[in-house]
Amino acid sequence: MANKLIELVNISKTYGDNVVLDDLNLYFNENKFLTLLGPSGCGKTTTLRIMGGFETPDTGSVLFQGKDIKSIPPNHRPLNTVFQKYALFTHMTVADNIAFGLKIKKKSKAYIQDKIKYALKLVNLDGFENRMPDSLSGGQQQRIAIARAIVNEPKVLLLDEPLGALDLKLRQDMQYELIRLKNELGITFVYVTHDQEEALTMSDTIVVMNQGYIQQIGSPEDIYNEPENAFVADFIGESNILSATMVEDKLVNILGVNFPCVDTGFGQNKPVDVVIRPEDIDFVAPDEGQLKGRVTSLIFKGVHYEMEVMANGFEWLVHSTDMQPVGTEVGMKVDPFDIQIMNKPTSEDEEAVKVDE
Amino acid sequence: MNKKFFATPYIIWMTGFTIIPLLLILYYGLTDKTGAFTIDNIVSIATPEHAKALFLSIGLALISTLICLILAYPLAMILKSLQVNQNRFIVFLFILPMWMNFLLRTMAWQTLLENQGVINAIFRFLGLPQMKLINTSYAIIFGMVYNFLPFMILPIYNVLIKISDDIINAAKDLGANQFQVFLKIIFPLTLPGVISGITMVFIPALTTFVISNLLGGGKILLIGNVIEQEFTFSGNWHLGSGLSLVLMIFILVSMALLAKYDKNGEGTVF
Repeated sequence: MANKLIELVNISKTYGDNVVLDDLNLYFNENKFLTLLGPSGCGKTTTLRIMGGFETPDTGSVLFQGKDIKSIPPNHRPLNTVFQKYALFTHMTVADNIAFGLKIKKKSKAYIQDKIKYALKLVNLDGFENRMPDSLSGGQQQRIAIARAIVNEPKVLLLDEPLGALDLKLRQDMQYELIRLKNELGITFVYVTHDQEEALTMSDTIVVMNQGYIQQIGSPEDIYNEPENAFVADFIGESNILSATMVEDKLVNILGVNFPCVDTGFGQNKPVDVVIRPEDIDFVAPDEGQLKGRVTSLIFKGVHYEMEVMANGFEWLVHSTDMQPVGTEVGMKVDPFDIQIMNKPTSEDEEAVKVDE
Repeated sequence: MNKKFFATPYIIWMTGFTIIPLLLILYYGLTDKTGAFTIDNIVSIATPEHAKALFLSIGLALISTLICLILAYPLAMILKSLQVNQNRFIVFLFILPMWMNFLLRTMAWQTLLENQGVINAIFRFLGLPQMKLINTSYAIIFGMVYNFLPFMILPIYNVLIKISDDIINAAKDLGANQFQVFLKIIFPLTLPGVISGITMVFIPALTTFVISNLLGGGKILLIGNVIEQEFTFSGNWHLGSGLSLVLMIFILVSMALLAKYDKNGEGTVF
């Protein structure tokens, strides 16, 4: 475990009566793209600010390569932060903004000039040295903010919803640019966002948080396909979440119908939650499916149609390129490996998964 | 309707109350009693008593402005660091005296500073030596600082609260310590506020005659007093206007210097 880059141990943070983080443990290694994902108020930004040194945890320690840096002020930490609203120094040129950290470290003029050129090239803004930040667009300002951070060669770059203020198209472009940057620089990115699509696109590892607890840590595929609880399933993409009973290994009873599945080890006749992604439901002829129902709504979404089907007393959300008009009687089928079985929440911290309806 | 229509009242106002009076001052300043053109009124600034009054005015105004700045800046910083409700209340406290008449406030200080006044009474009670406070340059400076301090605090405070915590955190994040954050980020960003504060204190301090009349007892002549006397006692509008023009030139030059410094402040302070 020698190559743990940052490790958070038993971190708790409270503002007044509001518990923001409760006994959080998390570590990550070098050269990873780690995303802290969750709804607002889940503690993701506080976690990032604790790493950056802008907040002090009530308890616990922050280890950097095994050393506790909790009491080291931000200006002496080997990390740099990109803030949500860019936080550029508006009274300085782009070049002076980028040079800020290097001038404080008293680097030579030639070194600083080289670094400014290199950083501007990296973020595709060559020739912008003498512009003032106010004269740049939001996307350009954010790229300057990134350039200003990376010239200091931090081991870890902390990014606090850096794309939040940009429009959709620009955001998507910047996502690819961030992935490229991370690969070129070979440093660790810790990225905070509430946007699940952004997280799935960019991350090596996603940490899903809610109400101060970590809900699940895993690769984007794991998080999407194998959500550990109803909160994660609901937060990452759209899903049908139902209460069901595990009849025996590889057989689950959902709304009175027995579905074959691939999960084992839950015991017999045990209440569980199941997740079925809307795109994993296939339409078949009305009498050939596991479920029979009637389409109650139809919305065209571009890539697919979104339909709601009333069957066995539940409104099933179905995504399909196969359009079924409202009122059609349809059969539905789900493949065994597309049914995700989850334990019902038992302990206090798992209750944080209760999703607001 | 033409949008220019809405500008008409302002144009009338400015013509009647700014441009015409200025032209009148210019006319009186450049003529003698017979109406003939002369620059004697302007040149008379060089006479020892006028020059002395002008330099004393500039000196006292500079000192007052500097004291206001030294008092106001840390106070604005403290206000920024307070919670929203608290700082509103304290700003209110500083503005509150401005609700009272300027003359009244200054006259109140007259009674406080008098030889037999409240402050000397307290000194006497404490067994401290009596001090001559009234009718000194110090009393005038004191009166200027007291009256004009809010005009320094407000513009600085207003730019200071607009600096987001993220900017300060970003500077720390990039390695700057508290002192460097102040020197390279906070101070340059507040420069526009400092400059408008200086303008709003320096100009009234330079031209005042009320404060020097009341707290200087007519013994200390500022250029404002000289001009006032020309208009009231001597009835020599021509000389008063000529000296006003000179004072105006001094103000214009100092504003131009400040504006130049402000422009530099936008980019090259770092």
